[in-house]
Amino acid sequence: MIRLLALLLVLSAAAPAAAIDSEPAFDDPVLQQRYERLTQELRCLVCQNQSIADSNATLAADLRREVRRLLAEGRTDDEVRAFVTGRYGDFVLYRPPVTQRTWLLWAAPALLLLVGLGIAAAIVSRRARTATANGIAGGDEDEA
Amino acid sequence: MKRIILLSLPIALFVVLVVFFYSGLQRDPSVIPSPLIGKPAPAFTLESLADPRAQVGSLDFRGRPYLLNVWATWCGGCYQEHAVLLSIARENRLPLVGLNWRDERGKAQRWLEELGNPYAAVAFDGDGRAAIDWGVYGAPETFLVSAAGVVLHKHIGPMTAEAWQRDFVPRLGQAEP
Repeated sequence: MIRLLALLLVLSAAAPAAAIDSEPAFDDPVLQQRYERLTQELRCLVCQNQSIADSNATLAADLRREVRRLLAEGRTDDEVRAFVTGRYGDFVLYRPPVTQRTWLLWAAPALLLLVGLGIAAAIVSRRARTATANGIAGGDEDEA
Repeated sequence: MKRIILLSLPIALFVVLVVFFYSGLQRDPSVIPSPLIGKPAPAFTLESLADPRAQVGSLDFRGRPYLLNVWATWCGGCYQEHAVLLSIARENRLPLVGLNWRDERGKAQRWLEELGNPYAAVAFDGDGRAAIDWGVYGAPETFLVSAAGVVLHKHIGPMTAEAWQRDFVPRLGQAEP
């Protein structure tokens, strides 16, 4: 059993090795790392739930080629992102920038947390008041 | 009274979510608005489909409006829209420029011989580089470019007579010099 589990674990670790990208790696490991990170955060528009690093669509291969070319030319990550969003829009970014249209999306977790804290505080303070009114100061009871 | 307000709050929230998600369902996720609208059309100079020694470029059409139609023989929607393109070409209001995207030259030439050629010129984009400049992600796509060289409209998917009348014809006045 344990052997089988170990085998499965090893096999699951090997999955990323089956890369879609057939191009040779950059000689410079830093450049290769940037290339891999950028292609993973760009969406393939033909197959919308895959990044261009994961997709074997022709368009994804073409876009990988462009990213590779721009990096080889010495462009920065932001310049590469601007190249793609200038043509395809912010939708290609898996991490959309904070803009007038997306601030609510980005702020939602914090806002919801605040709302939740507010509700919790209101309930706790009301319970405390009811408890005091009933003469059970300190609130030992746990009827809730 | 306070109780009623508190009880109706989750229901109100639920209604808001239903409206939000329902309106989301009506949207077509494969139609992505182009950031090129209102911007200068990307320049290109490519081999002509008909003759590899001749060139077709965006500058050839400077000073007059044109339609740029992205097509390929492997694209089913392109076959579907071909008759509409032919009838638009017959109206003779503006030239159609073809961008033959990642195709095989021989196949594309035969396609035009057999189905008819609506294009004033066809650029051959064998490696898809010009298509990336235009933000193309699926054929067919059709762009309206004004005489000033500005992209006025993008139609994604097969061109139809309705789309032509609804989205393109009203913008033709704006496209003139």
